[in-house]
Order: sequence, then structure tokens, then C-alpha cells
Amino acid sequence: MIEFKNVSKWYGSFQVLNNCSTSVNKGEVVVVCGPSGSGKSTLIKTANALEPFQEGEIWVNGVSVGARDTNLPKLRAQIGMVFQHFELFPHLSVMRNLTLAQVKVLGRKEAEAQRRGRELLERVGLSAHVDKFPGQLSGGQQQRVAIARALAMDPVAMLFDEPTSALDPEMVNEVLDVMVDLASEGMTMMVVTHEMGFARKVADRVVFMDEGAIVEDCPKEEFFGNPEGRSERAKQFLSKILSHS
Amino acid sequence: MNGFDFDTIVRTAPYLFKVGLVFTLKLTFLSTVGAIVLGTLLAMMRLSSSRLLSGVAGTYVNLMRALPLILIIFWFYFLVPYIVGWVTQAGRPIAVGGFTSALITFVLFEAAYFCEIMRAGIQSIPSGQAGAGYALGLNYWQVMGKIVLPQAFRNMTPLLLTQMIVVFQDTSLVYVLSLTDFLGAANNVAQRDGRLVEMFVFVAVVYFIISYTASRLVKVVEQRMAIAR
Repeated sequence: MIEFKNVSKWYGSFQVLNNCSTSVNKGEVVVVCGPSGSGKSTLIKTANALEPFQEGEIWVNGVSVGARDTNLPKLRAQIGMVFQHFELFPHLSVMRNLTLAQVKVLGRKEAEAQRRGRELLERVGLSAHVDKFPGQLSGGQQQRVAIARALAMDPVAMLFDEPTSALDPEMVNEVLDVMVDLASEGMTMMVVTHEMGFARKVADRVVFMDEGAIVEDCPKEEFFGNPEGRSERAKQFLSKILSHS
Repeated sequence: MNGFDFDTIVRTAPYLFKVGLVFTLKLTFLSTVGAIVLGTLLAMMRLSSSRLLSGVAGTYVNLMRALPLILIIFWFYFLVPYIVGWVTQAGRPIAVGGFTSALITFVLFEAAYFCEIMRAGIQSIPSGQAGAGYALGLNYWQVMGKIVLPQAFRNMTPLLLTQMIVVFQDTSLVYVLSLTDFLGAANNVAQRDGRLVEMFVFVAVVYFIISYTASRLVKVVEQRMAIAR
């Protein structure tokens, strides 16, 4: 579904991605973790060309992301993305947030888009907030609306860029619950997160990044079950992040 | 000239307001609308990743802001007929009339200032907003038109209105083209009746009242927006 082949990226002379290769198969949930500044978010954003890259190839659903003749809007419409800071459109109502791209990009009729929007708000448990504005919702609610907005495009895969790291602790679970549901329904997901509990529960594979390179890429059971087999950097990271959980 | 003759003002007020002020307000309003549209396009060019587009827009804005308005008014007054003639393939200069000439001049000149306001407005919107739009499959014009610009306009409303007050004052310069704006109308009366002091004091008072009231209103708008956020 999503395949990264030797992807490298530089900001000027600084290399942010170093020869990254991995893949997300259909129906798979891949969690990407690693210390901050390790290039996780950059990597996930190259998959829908929000971040350009200089070397390598990325294939999404049979389409080359970096190719010049690729229709990017069409490609992006097929991949849902959820951001750290939600990025709901504050000047539009919750419903309008969900219908805008359905109408403009998919060419759906307004009524049809609203019906799909209502279904998805129902699903994330926010039907009561259809006519509110994003600023009137809590962080957890906003992130659930953002997930609904991405799902409204009926994407073939979903990208999550640290979806819970800007949330107050008591709101993290309401968002993770929605993501767990999504995973159990077979959605293809690539998730950048520090929530190791989530990774243990639903991930098929874990990718560990450090300094722009993919250091580990292995099944969840191997990643969490065999700490001795891990690289030095991954051990350090895991000991820091798991010491309190 | 014996004493301050209020009667001149009372007698000529209908002419001053109905002809002069209406002209001034019409020119202010149309210039502002045109300049905001052109200024927004220039701001989008300036922020474009294309060096050519941002270079062209940057040069234009800097040039306009470096020249005195009165000079530009003269230039365009003499140039516009030739430009229109050239654009319409008429092969000769076309008389466009003082109002049209002034309007074109003000749109082109003030657009440079509105461009800088809109540039700041666009930059005040976090880049993640545009990113979210692109991620949904929207194209550049949809992202700008539906997501970035509506928010930028809202953030910049007080500054846009303040600049409109500046345009209102700037329009008085069209009297050099012998147009009958508010100042021009007052000048006509002043010359005819020999009542320069009365007329120019009156004009100053009216300009002050309108500008001051408008800027107080902008303050109110600003406070309303601060609360709404």
C-alpha cells in the first residue's frame, strides 16, 4: 500500500532522512517511534508529499509520489492525515470542516457530503457538536473531528502524525479508542506516536528511527518481547519511555 | 474679508457634500476594493515559491512605496490614455476621464500597501492550516480561497480598515487633476467667493471628523474581534 525505497531528504546541507526504506501493507498498522528530531514526522509527511524529498522513491497504492506527473491532489485525497495540532479550520463549523473537501475534491453533492459527515461524527461520538466551531470543542474532541474529517474522504490509508501529543492526558484515551476501533476494522495505518500502549495493542510492526535513519523495523512481538535483540539506541529509548508504564 | 463667514459654508454645503464628498467616498470605496483584490494577488505572488513571481511582486511593491503618490497620479493621468489605447489595439490614445484615471492610479498605488497587510495576514495563519487543506486533496487556489485567505482577512480587518482611512485622505490629491472631490469642490467655492479661510477650515474639520470617527469604529471592531477569539 505504502512503500518507501531508500528515501533521503536534506534541509540545505542538513540531512533529515537518511536512506529510509519500509512499507505499510494493506490492513497493516505500523507504529513509527523514536526520539524527537529523529525524522518520524518528516518521514510520514513525505508519504503524501507534504514534505518533498530529494532521493529515493515512495509508492502509494501503485502511484509514485515523487514523480513529476503525479496528480498530487488526487493522491492526497486517497490518504487521510491527522495532525499533532488537529488543524481544523477554525472559521468553519464542524460540519463544514467535514464537507468542504468532499464537495470540492470528490465532487459529492452537499446533501451526500453532510450525510457522510453525520455518519462519521456519530462514529467518533460527536453528533451533538455538528454546528459548533472547532474553538468551542476540547482538544480531544477536536482531534476526533479531525479524524472524522480525514475519514470522510473514504481514504485507503490513514497517516497519524503524533495525534495525541498535544492533548491533555485525560483526553488521550478518547482519541486512542477511535484509532483502535479503526485499526480493528482493518484500516491501513501509519502512526507516529509515543503511545507504546497503543503500539503494543494494535501495531503489526514497529519502526524505530534515530537521526533520520530507520534503525529497527520489526514485528511488534519482536520489538517489545525481545529487548536484548534491540539496538543500543532503541534500548535507551525504550528504557526511558517505558520506565513509568 | 471681514470676519469668519459661516453663511458661505451653509450656502454651499449641499454642493460640497452631494457633489464633492460623494465623489470622494465613491473613489475611496472603489479604490479600496480594487486595491485589496490586487494587493492580495500581489501578496500571494510575493509569498510564492517561484522566484520570478515573488521578484516581480516585490519589485512592484517597493517601487510604488518609494515614489510619492502625487507623482504617480501625474504619471498615470498622462500615461493611462496611451496604455488603454495600446491594450484595446486602438492605435491612438483613448481619453478615459479623470475619475477612471484616478481610480486606476489609486488601485495600482494602494495595492502596494494592501499587499504588505495581506502578506502579514497570510503569514499569520499557521502553515499547518494549508498543510491540512493540501492533505485533503485541495489545490492551491482552493486552499487559499477557502482556508487561508478567509482567516487572513479576518485577522487583518482592523489594519485593512485603517488603510482605507489613509486612502480616504489620499484621495484629496486628485484635486491636482481638477476633479471635483470634496477638497476640489471646496477649492472651487473658495476661489469663486474669495472665502479661502472658511472653506479650508471647514474641509479640515470634516476630514478630521470622518477620519477620527472611522478610526474609533476600527478600535471597536478590533475589541469585538479580541473578545470573539
